[in-house]
Amino acid sequence: MSLNPSIPSGPLEAKWTKYCSEIKLVSPANKRKFEIIVVGTGLAGASASAALAELGYNVKTFCIQDSPRRAHSIAAQGGINAAKNYQGDGDSIWRLFYDTIKGGDFRAREANVYRLAELSVKIIDHCVAQGVPFAREYGGLLANRSFGGALVSRTFYARGQTGQQLLLGAYSAMLRQVKAGRVSLFPRREVLDIVLVKGQARGIVARNLVTGELESYAAHAVVLATGGYGNIYFLSTNGMNSNVSASFRAYKRGAFFGNPCFVQIHPTCIPVSGHYQSKLTLMSESLRNDGRVWVPKDPKDKRRPEDIPESDRDYFLERLYPSYGNLVPRDVASRATKAICDQGRGVGPTGYAVYLDLSDAIKRDGKEVIEKKYGNLFEMYERITGVSPYVSPMMIYPAVHYVMGGLWVDYNLMTTIKGLFSLGEANFSDHGANRLGASALMQGLADGYFIIPYTIGGYLASDSFPPVSPSQGEFEDSKKEVSEFIRRLLSVKGRRTVTDFHRSLGSIMWEYAGMERSDEGLRKAKGMVEELREEYWQNLLLTGGEREFNQNLSKALRVADYLEFAGLIIEDALTRRESCGCHFNVAYQTPEHEPLRDDQNCAYVAAWEYGGKERPPILHKEPLVFENVTPGIRSYK
Amino acid sequence: MNGTINLTLKVWRQPGPGQKGKFEIYQAKDINIHMSFLEMLDVVNEELILSGKDPIAFDHDCREGICGMCGAVVNGKAHGPKKGTTLCQLHMRHFRDGDTIVIEPFRSKAFPIIRDLVVDRSAFDEIIIAGGYISVNTGSAPDANSIPVPPQNAELAMDAAACIGCGACVAQCPNGSAMLFVASKVSHLALLPQGRPEAAKRVLSMTGRMKELGFGNCGNERECEAVCPKQISISHIARLNREFLKAGLFSRET
Ligand SMILES: Cc1cc2nc3c(=O)[nH]c(=O)nc-3n(C[C@H](O)[C@H](O)[C@H](O)COP(=O)(O)OP(=O)(O)OC[C@H]3O[C@@H](n4cnc5c(N)ncnc54)[C@H](O)[C@@H]3O)c2cc1C
Ligand code: FES
Repeated sequence: MSLNPSIPSGPLEAKWTKYCSEIKLVSPANKRKFEIIVVGTGLAGASASAALAELGYNVKTFCIQDSPRRAHSIAAQGGINAAKNYQGDGDSIWRLFYDTIKGGDFRAREANVYRLAELSVKIIDHCVAQGVPFAREYGGLLANRSFGGALVSRTFYARGQTGQQLLLGAYSAMLRQVKAGRVSLFPRREVLDIVLVKGQARGIVARNLVTGELESYAAHAVVLATGGYGNIYFLSTNGMNSNVSASFRAYKRGAFFGNPCFVQIHPTCIPVSGHYQSKLTLMSESLRNDGRVWVPKDPKDKRRPEDIPESDRDYFLERLYPSYGNLVPRDVASRATKAICDQGRGVGPTGYAVYLDLSDAIKRDGKEVIEKKYGNLFEMYERITGVSPYVSPMMIYPAVHYVMGGLWVDYNLMTTIKGLFSLGEANFSDHGANRLGASALMQGLADGYFIIPYTIGGYLASDSFPPVSPSQGEFEDSKKEVSEFIRRLLSVKGRRTVTDFHRSLGSIMWEYAGMERSDEGLRKAKGMVEELREEYWQNLLLTGGEREFNQNLSKALRVADYLEFAGLIIEDALTRRESCGCHFNVAYQTPEHEPLRDDQNCAYVAAWEYGGKERPPILHKEPLVFENVTPGIRSYK
Repeated sequence: MNGTINLTLKVWRQPGPGQKGKFEIYQAKDINIHMSFLEMLDVVNEELILSGKDPIAFDHDCREGICGMCGAVVNGKAHGPKKGTTLCQLHMRHFRDGDTIVIEPFRSKAFPIIRDLVVDRSAFDEIIIAGGYISVNTGSAPDANSIPVPPQNAELAMDAAACIGCGACVAQCPNGSAMLFVASKVSHLALLPQGRPEAAKRVLSMTGRMKELGFGNCGNERECEAVCPKQISISHIARLNREFLKAGLFSRET
């Protein structure tokens, strides 16, 4: 199968405009005749549902949570980037494009990233019009702050709840379309298969999480906006219901999976406190605007941090990266933090933590100013740890946060299955090997509000669609497969709980496929995951039945997919013979322990094809061509 | 600051909608005080599963106090004893060794129980569907800085917009009113210039829908404000009332 990214010709700046003006359109009267399934109600799915319905399409929208407003986008804290240059500090579409490409360590497509930067400005306009209460300056105009990997101030924010406010905007816009009769909502549904009819994605099979029934839905196209799979590592900043299942089932039906090993580890999270820990909490990157990261110079220094004088502190990010200092990109900050702790220089009860200190900023600007900017984050920290950051610096450590990997999509955001699109964190498209802060919200909304409404129209206008019904053979077969899978899981009747298996999987992945990887470790992990998967199918203990509200069963389905998908992450990490962005293989590093890329041989997107049951996956490479930027050494020194 | 505690839990168990439920008693042993309340329930659930019993069903997702999915009435208080805190952010250091904790679902006519602590809050979505938005189509907006918004208004709007839609206000209200939920949305949008054109219509349709869905009337009990994990002030209810009066005048005029 050939891999065509379908990038329009012409100069970078003109590609999207040209594309939009040449694309085939669906007439308003015909739009009403098309049904579109959108899976996911995060920023990507909610915005897509709203925008598609506004155009006149009939949309069916699915999510796991009881209300679409609870998708994990709600938890995004820090902000959203846009090249508005309201601060007049030299920002531009080009600069946002360049920062994003460079931040991704030159492993993303130029054309996609440029389009993202271009659309960023429209997103802010639209969200303000929807009533998103962004922070404002005294004169009433919009305020900005800085995020890692940029030297300009282009991040828009609503206190520490930017994701919440943007999502409520998209959610409300979608609900307005429910009232208009063009969106139907299906909450508490888990999509477990994609149904193909004559090579086109024509529907889904979902489990009703309240009754346990399997339900089929047909449509003319299917959009997956199902978020990231970061909690394959068990501990992560992702929501507890995050999963890879819908994407993974799509993969098994023929959608290629892009760069699965590109997993972002965020430097500033609240450290693990005990083995009972169920998830980790992010402390927003925005804190690095005003916060300084340090450890005591003397590892044996046991004084309280507030009692350690300036001269006895090692502000290691500022020391190692004088020009970006505390604002280096996430992968760089995470690795530096890990290295310091591995040297035995970390702090806290486990030694796996460093200080993130805002006391200088509090002294400089006053408590009130800092409280206004970060009050809710400080409260959250205190609630969890029992320590007030106004008194004592926070302790932080890196944690799994975001996946750049996801379903491979072309410029139309279509997967290798015709009529199956993927948006938001679920696709691989824009962030290369490392995402910059405040860019995921931007991407989710660009995909949903501004890209898919065009590209899906292009698809619907150019293909033909024989009528299908959710009771026809393909749907029935898929339902049978899913129900067989569920029954097999329920019939294992072993002695170990799902959570216990998930925790074991997570620790293997964190140890060997996390922040630092080696061929030896990855190979070892591969064997360990295989063994764990075998045990899973022999020793899993589930309670309750299929046809009921059974959270334990839902979790078991997700972990079953994770156990298989873990192998793909490992395989991808093993085959990429370089380090880049978040993928750090110890065999490829500079003398300063920075990732060493191999642009000659590794400037590609890994697109993995399912090879069949118990057969190895097949690697396809999409070469990355840089016509407008020259991949350089990604230096933040 | 380290240590473990032992607790007795009295938990509402109900197998399904409309079925009979009852309290069951469980011992939660050696609970680390740094655990969150939900992590404590995880520990109890692991033991239940290992002994072949159904775990306690409860809703949760972000575990960061922002998605609004978690929630239960703990010792008579929605989200438990700590002010301004969702259940997932309530840590066990706020309990004492030997405590008995009573855990029940959010009870309200408008929130039918699905199982154990899980309730159906889709009525909240219904209220938003009735008018909790600004009618603007994608792509038609003017430049974001073309309408300045006084920062104090933006801040107040943000205070209201912080609502996470958890339903604690309804569960705690003796009348089962959703007034604080509705007021937070009405107030958020009414405070912004972009929200003014539809303000009258919005307040009427949202409050109307609230009544239809079986929520009670606001009796000024202020219980909602006391349990709101985002500490949303009932002054937003006062703003809703003003908007409501204005809307009444407006609709008589036209
Ligand atoms: C704590 C935290 C803070 C962050 N802060 C920022 C920030 O400040 N700025 C920034 O740019 N980015 C931030 N990010 C990243 C960003 O929030 C996410 O990448 C982005 O919101 C993902 O949006 P999404 O729409 O792709 O998916 P999500 O919001 O994750 O939504 C996924 C949706 O898919 C549904 N779903 C999943 N699987 C299934 C299935 N099988 N069946 C049915 N439905 C399914 C879910 O129910 C949900 O509705 C943060 C992330 C985290 C975790
Ligand atoms: S789980 Fe999200 S608010 Fe508690």
